[in-house]
Amino acid sequence: MYAFELHHAKSVADASAALSRTGGKALAGGQSLVAAMKLRLAQPGHLVDLSGIPELKGIRREGDHLVIGAMTRHADVVSSEAVKGAIPALAALAEGIGDRQVRNMGTIGGSIANNDPAADWPAAVLGLGATVVTSKRKIAADEFFKGMFETALAEGEIITAVSFPVPKKAAYAKFPNPASRFALVGVFVAQTGAGTRVAVTGAASSVFRSKAHEDALAKDWSAAAAKAVRTPDANLNSDLHGTAAYRAHLVSVMASRAVGATH
Amino acid sequence: MAVTLSLSVNGKPVHATVDPRTLLVELLRNHLGLTGTHVGCDTAQCGACTVLVDDRAVKACNVLAAQMEGAKVVTIEGIAAADGTLHPMQAAFKECHGLQCGFCTTGMVMSAIDLVNRHPKASEAKIREELEGNLCRCTGYHNIVKAVQHGAAAMGK
Ligand code: FES
Ligand code: FES
Repeated sequence: MYAFELHHAKSVADASAALSRTGGKALAGGQSLVAAMKLRLAQPGHLVDLSGIPELKGIRREGDHLVIGAMTRHADVVSSEAVKGAIPALAALAEGIGDRQVRNMGTIGGSIANNDPAADWPAAVLGLGATVVTSKRKIAADEFFKGMFETALAEGEIITAVSFPVPKKAAYAKFPNPASRFALVGVFVAQTGAGTRVAVTGAASSVFRSKAHEDALAKDWSAAAAKAVRTPDANLNSDLHGTAAYRAHLVSVMASRAVGATH
Repeated sequence: MAVTLSLSVNGKPVHATVDPRTLLVELLRNHLGLTGTHVGCDTAQCGACTVLVDDRAVKACNVLAAQMEGAKVVTIEGIAAADGTLHPMQAAFKECHGLQCGFCTTGMVMSAIDLVNRHPKASEAKIREELEGNLCRCTGYHNIVKAVQHGAAAMGK
């Protein structure tokens, strides 16, 4: 690991100021960042630890929205009665992230700020059309994920919470890489107040919506309808884990499994 | 610049001044001499370095010591009774022959304690699923699962 300076932030304002002053990186649970730093894939000169900021934690229901604080650990989402009551698909998704030890440290805010192309949370945020609340503004999911490891966050801007509209139905299905457990393809399907949404992770350089699946499912919400859609493989990833054609096939299979799991 | 930390390790207060790069597992092994926590992979995969942080299993090779400000850390050295009586989960691993070389064992025991605290009545399938983050290079999973079942029963008493 390269040397860096560490700051323990006491408040969101304190953390934003430290990030702007130093050009450093925010440290949430560190389950991706610390690993990347150990491999020298990341070398921030300054880290600002967000774990001591109480207002970033916790889960609450606000009318027809479920608001999850950015520093809420995956394990807390899994066991939250508020989540299970409002959007059980989120608890199920969180339970499939990494392993128990990773879920005990990793946070929702860290996951979406990192925007790993194979991460699970971006599929839920985009699939439900959630709003990312930051220290400066509110960002719609459709505007947030910009590309591989790239988001709309500006320098010094910190995610404080994610606000999920409670959907009529939603589910997530993923085909995990058997070794890393990261999604080779993961698909989040939802019937929301704003229509049918389908978000795909793992298949391309960043999470994306599959319009073809949304149209098909808007007409006929069934596993068969999802499976019948052909996903173009033009922009999908090809690597040692699977070809673009294989991933394209998996998108419809995972979409149909997700639809089959909704009730 | 070094960071100054206050935390508790196995019930004792620890005040340390460390390079920010120091991992929790390095603080435990190199600074505090608690070498029961093992490093198998150093890449957050094997779980040999698992310790409890505020009662939750965490991979100590994948967190910075500086993230532990104010935390309550428990390692394998901290779970037996003061008179040396093994923790029921340790006793169960011994009883069920839940180890061969022993390298993964301390991490397995710490994960198992977290598992049983959350799921006191976990089925065999649930135990296998929950131990996903712990690898045994000796592949002794069968007896490890048996040990966790025994340990769970003993912890419930
Ligand atoms: S040494 Fe930490 S997970 Fe392997
Ligand atoms: S007993 Fe040897 S690695 Fe598990």
